[in-house]
Amino acid sequence: MMALPQAKQDATEARLAALTLPVQDGWTRAARADALARLTKSGLPGPRDEYWRWTRPAELNAVDVPGAAPMDESDEAPIFDGIDALSLVFRDGVFDAEASDDLTLEGVEISRLSEVQGADIHWAREVYGALELRGQDPVVRPFAALNTAFASDGVLIRATGKAAKPICIRYVHEKSDSDPILHHVVKVEEGAEVTLLEAGAPGARFNTVLEADIADRGTFHHVRAQGRNRDRRANTHTFARLGEESVCKSFTLSLNGALTRNEHIIEFTGDDAAAHVAGAAIGDGKVAKFHHDDTVFVTHDAVNCESRQVFKKVLKNGALGVFQGKILVKAGAQKTDGYQISQSLLLDGDSQFLAKPELEIYADDVACSHGSTTGSIDEEMLFYLKARGVPHARAMDLLVLAFLAETLAEIEEDAIAESLRTRLENWLERHAD
Amino acid sequence: MDDQTVMDQDVKEGVDQETVDAVKQLSGAYKHGWNTEIEMDFAPKGLTEDIVRLISERNSEPEWMLEFRLDAFRRWQKMDEPDWSMLRYAPVDYQEQYYYAKPSSMKEKPKSLDEVDPKLLETYKKLGIPLKEQMILAGVEGAEGAPADAKGERKVAVDAVFDSVSVGTTFKKELAQAGVIFCSISEAVQEHPELVKKYLASVVPVQDNYFATLNAAVFSDGSFVYVPKGTRCPMELSTYFRINAENTGQFERTLIIADEGAYVSYLEGCTAPMRETNQLHAAVVEIVALDDAEVKYSTVQNWYPGDENGKGGIYNFVTKRADCRGDRSKVSWTQVETGSALTWKYPSCILRGDDSQGEFYSIAITNNWQQADTGTKMIHLGKNTRSRIVSKGISAGHAQNTYRGLVSMHPKAKNSRNYTQCDSLLIGDKCGAHTVPYIEVKNNSSRVEHEATTSKVDDDQMFYCQQRGMDEEEAVALIVNGFCKEVLQALPMEFAMEAQQLVAISLEGSVG
Repeated sequence: MMALPQAKQDATEARLAALTLPVQDGWTRAARADALARLTKSGLPGPRDEYWRWTRPAELNAVDVPGAAPMDESDEAPIFDGIDALSLVFRDGVFDAEASDDLTLEGVEISRLSEVQGADIHWAREVYGALELRGQDPVVRPFAALNTAFASDGVLIRATGKAAKPICIRYVHEKSDSDPILHHVVKVEEGAEVTLLEAGAPGARFNTVLEADIADRGTFHHVRAQGRNRDRRANTHTFARLGEESVCKSFTLSLNGALTRNEHIIEFTGDDAAAHVAGAAIGDGKVAKFHHDDTVFVTHDAVNCESRQVFKKVLKNGALGVFQGKILVKAGAQKTDGYQISQSLLLDGDSQFLAKPELEIYADDVACSHGSTTGSIDEEMLFYLKARGVPHARAMDLLVLAFLAETLAEIEEDAIAESLRTRLENWLERHAD
Repeated sequence: MDDQTVMDQDVKEGVDQETVDAVKQLSGAYKHGWNTEIEMDFAPKGLTEDIVRLISERNSEPEWMLEFRLDAFRRWQKMDEPDWSMLRYAPVDYQEQYYYAKPSSMKEKPKSLDEVDPKLLETYKKLGIPLKEQMILAGVEGAEGAPADAKGERKVAVDAVFDSVSVGTTFKKELAQAGVIFCSISEAVQEHPELVKKYLASVVPVQDNYFATLNAAVFSDGSFVYVPKGTRCPMELSTYFRINAENTGQFERTLIIADEGAYVSYLEGCTAPMRETNQLHAAVVEIVALDDAEVKYSTVQNWYPGDENGKGGIYNFVTKRADCRGDRSKVSWTQVETGSALTWKYPSCILRGDDSQGEFYSIAITNNWQQADTGTKMIHLGKNTRSRIVSKGISAGHAQNTYRGLVSMHPKAKNSRNYTQCDSLLIGDKCGAHTVPYIEVKNNSSRVEHEATTSKVDDDQMFYCQQRGMDEEEAVALIVNGFCKEVLQALPMEFAMEAQQLVAISLEGSVG
């Protein structure tokens, strides 16, 4: 094994020294130990790593959490307000039983990692750290390994039938130096169906992993809104494995955030499955730093699967957007339909968009395409609206909303899409200048 | 279909002789795979400071040139070979190569064609170079004054580089009348040191990358072009590169300078004999375009690709870069890459001048076990700069074909435009096609659009062609030519014809 560069070695050792493994680790012990070994071997990401070319990992590596004051978001209705869901609340990474609903729901089994991990056996053992491990090749994801090794808690969801209603994990951020590490596992059994919602920022800096193992004909919907906190640093990984004829849809709305790195790692192992990953992000660099990175890796290792990536960003006053998307079609994954689009709207001369839309294809009977565009507001459209009496600021908002709304169309349930659209509109109103 | 079946096939009714001849000529795996048995003058194998000094000495170079080389060599020793490409190959032993080889007969200039090593002449004939130009290339004194073999024939000035040295440049006088300097770079070092000093390594710095640094240390020859202010070069300039000797690396260096308002079209062709071992080629091409200048650079790269089992072939590591220094300058790269076992090549444009333009048109065909990692960089620095990238990758057999590119819009490159289109075609299920584009947009008045598709040869199109009597291979060649149309159209006439045929040859044996 090649020795790690000294700086990397030092950063990794310092960070590990500040973390502690849980005492009661039961069935997670092997997965945690393996993940720790992976992390020690790869080291934390460094500024010279190609996968971190456009997002500097220093703030995510730092032993001391870059402070982030909590943000009062009570000037608008809570995220997913009005959506009937089973609610689970985490305050700075710590489960709040008082504020949460009972963990009972028809069609699903729900438990918490910190509660059940002391046991020797649990259904989640087959998944915990397993999908993360599969996602480490061909690109290492050290923060995901760190999460598997050190996660303090998380929600374990096993869908055995059609879930009676969505499950919503609500994050509350109260401490300016919180640094939670949460690891959620979703197992969708054959033909089962469940929707998971995530709302808010889990802490000042957070590292979350979601592993979703979807069996044949299973359906998993995931919709996430990352809150409005301007100073928080987000580092998330979503791993999904799809069986035959299964469906996975994941959508993320990001408003503000000093640093966001959202990774999606999707793998098709069964034929005729479909995965859609989408995201809308908007940030205003004038109020606070905005750096948003969407990194997606889709692996087709089955026949006749469909993957779709739709990512849009609106960047204002020196905001920076990154998109790294890849479709890998393995030999034999014939009849693959892979689609990827990344677009950004730069509202001024200081904002930047950096993209790497990648294809790696080893099968011939496939239709794969990707597109990426960057530009400013279409002057003609703006003129059209203004000529009809729409004031300049309102016209700009309408165009921004229309641009981002295309991604909202990727969300299956209209009520959820509508609630996110309202949040976007409110954001634009607050940033009208 | 193998060659023999083509030869033995009865001519179908209605097929004219020309077609039959064309097919016969095209059949056979690699047309340029022959080898010329010529007495060569080699430097000892391996790379040391002494070899660098020897190369410099053989070229009778001035002290500053030797220093340039030694500096590069010392830097190169401290560098690591890049490993970020999608190319997979056994490590190259840089000490197992010859870094200098020259036909011995070139020691003294022959007086007439009769004195020229007939084998050298044979080489040019096989390459399809006209007789009069053969004389000049063979270094026959006074050959330039001889009448051309056909009046009114379109003139193309040729510089031929055989292994390490330039063996001759044609039409020098006529070009000199127009003020154009077209000679080998070793001559330029002697005769135009001020130009060489000013521009050499000004586009590709000595320490730019591993292969460019190696080239700076050991380049033995290459072409030099200077087109003065306001001059439209009266003919197309062309270079033939040929690696002949075994275990020889070719390291040519080309420098093209288009002064204000100048125009030049430059063609480059490459061939090599079939060898069982891999041979190294690490070239550097630098182009400088000043205000209102335009350079069109076309390449048909047909180095030996190795046999159908992946044995042998050229390792082609090339750094090509154009600096559009002047306002309104334009550089256009067109490449047809059908040869080489490995291709590592990214012809790029630095769009420094306001309103400057860069273009990249590429066809990369890989068959059998070939691997290509090629693309371009368009660096927009000036205002209102425009770039266009059209890349067509075709992969067959067990080949891997990667497009890798960068489009970068710097904050000051206001109102700039880029359009990129990368299409890949896969023939067979054992090959791979990859796209790795980097897009960096740092201002909002610019527009960047990138599109990429990957598909296979359309079944309906195949059916249509076959239904009209074409066999499978012909049909694929036709469809692939259609797929490449936009790039083929960007090539100069002579090259376009050759390229179309090459497309068909390169894909032989890829179907059925």
